[in-house]
Amino acid sequence: MVKRRFVVIWFRHLMTDWMTLKHPEFRELPLVLTTPLRGRVVITAANALAEMQGITTGMAMADARAIIPSLEMMDDIPGQPAKLLKALGEWCIRYTPLIAVDMPDGLILDISGCAHLWAGERAYLGAIIKTLRSKGYDARGAMADTIGAAWAVAHFGKVKPIIEEGGQNEALLSLPPAALRLEPLTLERLQKLGFYTIQGFIGMGRSVLRRRFGQEFLTRLDQALGNEDEPMQLLQPVEPYHERLPSLEPIRTATGIEIAIKKLLEAVCRRLEGEGKGLRVAILKCYRVDDKIIQVNIGTSHASRYIDHLFKLFELKIPLIEPALGIELFTLDALKVEDVEPEQEVLWSTTAEGLEDGRLAELLDKISNKVGSASIQRYLPQECHWPERSIKPAKTLQDKRMTTWRTDRPRPSLLLQKPEQIQVTAPIPDYPPMLFVYKKKVHQIKKADGPERIEREWWLESGEHRDYYYVEDQDGQRYWLFRAGHYSDDQPREWFIHGFFA
Amino acid sequence: MPDTKRDIINKLQKNILLWEGFKPPQAGHVDTFGLGPVEAAFPNGVFPVGTIHELVCPTPEQSAATSGFIAGILGSLMKQGGTCLWIGSSRKLFPSSLSLFNIEPDRVIFIDLKRERDVLWVTEEALKCEGLAAVISELQDINIAQSRRLQLAVESSKVTGFILRTDIYKAKTSTCVARWRISPIPSETEDGLPGVGFPRWQVELLKVRNGNPGVWRMEWAGRCFVSLDEKVIAHEALERRAG
Repeated sequence: MVKRRFVVIWFRHLMTDWMTLKHPEFRELPLVLTTPLRGRVVITAANALAEMQGITTGMAMADARAIIPSLEMMDDIPGQPAKLLKALGEWCIRYTPLIAVDMPDGLILDISGCAHLWAGERAYLGAIIKTLRSKGYDARGAMADTIGAAWAVAHFGKVKPIIEEGGQNEALLSLPPAALRLEPLTLERLQKLGFYTIQGFIGMGRSVLRRRFGQEFLTRLDQALGNEDEPMQLLQPVEPYHERLPSLEPIRTATGIEIAIKKLLEAVCRRLEGEGKGLRVAILKCYRVDDKIIQVNIGTSHASRYIDHLFKLFELKIPLIEPALGIELFTLDALKVEDVEPEQEVLWSTTAEGLEDGRLAELLDKISNKVGSASIQRYLPQECHWPERSIKPAKTLQDKRMTTWRTDRPRPSLLLQKPEQIQVTAPIPDYPPMLFVYKKKVHQIKKADGPERIEREWWLESGEHRDYYYVEDQDGQRYWLFRAGHYSDDQPREWFIHGFFA
Repeated sequence: MPDTKRDIINKLQKNILLWEGFKPPQAGHVDTFGLGPVEAAFPNGVFPVGTIHELVCPTPEQSAATSGFIAGILGSLMKQGGTCLWIGSSRKLFPSSLSLFNIEPDRVIFIDLKRERDVLWVTEEALKCEGLAAVISELQDINIAQSRRLQLAVESSKVTGFILRTDIYKAKTSTCVARWRISPIPSETEDGLPGVGFPRWQVELLKVRNGNPGVWRMEWAGRCFVSLDEKVIAHEALERRAG
C-alpha cells in the first residue's frame, strides 16, 4: 500500500489578505472586516496588525474602536471565503491533483507520490508556502501522514512543519487539544478537567474517553493518529470550454470556414447542453499557415446554446477572416458561460411576447456584434423631476422598472440634449414670454401653460432652478421654454428652449 | 344597366387589390387605429400594417408632431405586447413623452447609430425580425433600391415600418405604401380656457397606393385620436338641422 502524505495549508488572514490585495492602501494599517449581527457590528476577520493590538474576531466593532481609534473597517462579503479557497485550491492543482477545501480558511492537499518531483518534501512544502506568501497570503503549512496531524501542526505546531513518516504521535503530544479539531463544548470540558495538552489524555483507555467525550472525540483522535481514514471532498477543476478543429488541408474558402465554425459550435453546444449552460462570450481563433492567428469574438445578450443563432453571429464576422494561404487549425473557446434557467428553454419558441421574445434577443445580438452594444438603449423611469435625469438607461433587457412613468406633467416629444439659448420678450414677474427668437425666427406666443418650477438636485450639482413654460406660437407649433433662476436687478435672466411638443 | 357596370368595375377593382396583396378585412377581426376618415382613404378602408410608411418631417416642429402621431399609432400596434425598435443617427426623441401616448417607454428599444449606412442595415435586419410590433427609422434619405430591400423584408415578416425622412428636397420615388406629412396646428382648449390644449395636427396623405390622398385635421385627445373635421361636420349638420 502506498504511504499517504498530506499537506494542510492554513491561511491565517484569508479575508483581510484578500482585501489588502484589492486595496493596497491598507497594507500598513490595522484592518478588520465587519458584519452587522443582532443589532451590533461584529468583527469577522482582522489582519495581523489589528490582531497584534488585541483585536479578535467576534469582538464588537465599538470595543475594537476603543482599542484602536484609527481602525480601518470594511464590509465582510458572505460566501467570499469559499470562493477564494476554491480559486486558491484550483491554483494549487499544479502541486497535486487531489485537493480539498477545508472551511473556513484552509486547504488540504493529498501529496502522496508528488513530493519527489520537487526534489524532496522540504523543498516541496517550501515552494508552496513561499509562492503563496509572495502572492500576499499569510499561509502556514504542515506535512504529515494524516490530515488531522497536518492540520494540528499547521495551526498549532511550533517546532517543525514536516512530520516524518509515522511521527504524528510524538508531534501531537505537546499540542493543545484544540489541535484535534474538536467541538467547542468538548474543548471546554477538557479545559475544565485540566487537559492542556494532548499528552494528558492520549494514553487513557478508549472506553473512558468515549464515555466522557463521545464517539466524535475518538474519531478525531484516530484520524489524527492515522488509525482511521478521513474522507476528502475533492475539488473538481472546471475544464475550459475549448474545442479544436485541425484541418487536413489548409482552408481558404468562406464555405470551408463556415463548416469549421459549425462543427466547433456543435461540439461546444453539445457540452453546454449537457451541463445546462449557455454561452455569453466566445472567441474563435484561426491559425494560418503563415503563423498568423486571426481572432474573432462574439457576445450574446442571453446565455445561448442555440447553434443557428450563434452561427449567425459568427457569419457576420466571416468577412473579417482573411485565410491568405490557408487556415490549418480552428479553435473555439467559450470564455464566459452562464447557467441557462430552465424557463429559458422556451426562449427559442415563438410564443414568448415582448422583450422576452427570443427573436428580439437574436436581433439585438446581431446588431450589437455589428455596430457595438453601446448603440442599443432602453430607458427606465427614475424618481427624479429634473428632465435629463428622469430616465435612466436599462442595463439589460430583463430590467424591470421600479417606478411608474409619469403622465401628469407635459413633457416634450423631442428633447434637446443641451438647452439652446433664445431671446425673449417676457413680462415680469413670472409670465410666459410674449415672443421669442429661435434660429433667427420670431415666434409670437399665443397660448402658454406654466410656469412649472423644477429645482436642481443640490446634492448632485449646483446651479439655478428652471421655470418651464409650455407655449404655442402663431402657427400652432409647441415648444418647451425655460428661464434659469429668478429675476434680479443686477443681471438679465437667460431663457432657453429645451424641447418640441407633438 | 349602369348599375351592373359599376358592380363589375367594383369587383374588378377588388380583384386588383387582392392581386396586389391587399386583403379585405376579415369579419370580426378589425384593428382600428381610431384614425376615422384617414383610414377610409386606404384601400378597403383599413390602415395598412405589415408595410412601410414614409413620413416627411423637415423641421424639428414637424418631427415632434410626427413622433406624436406615430406614438399614437404605436399604442394600438403594441397592444398585443410586442416590442418596437426606434433606430436613428441623431435621435432627439424623449422617451418619457411616449407614455403620454399610451405606450410604456421601457418597451421601446432605441438604437442610436453614427452612420447612415448602419441605420439602413439595422432597419433592414429589424424589419426581418418577426417578433416586433413596429420599426421606426429616422433616415435622411432613401433611394428606390434601398426602399425595395426594406419592402422585401417586411413582406415575409409582416412588421410595420415607419421611415421618418428629414431631407425632403431629395424626395424620390419609393416603394412605401403611403407618404405622410404631419404638421402642428393651433390647439384649442375646452370653452376657450387659457393654456395649451391637446396636440393637434394637420395630417396630409401625400401619396397612397390604391387609395385617395387627402388632408385631415386630427387631435390626440389624451387617450385616442379625434378627427376634427368630423366634429366640424357634425357641428354643421346640427346647425343645419336647427336652422
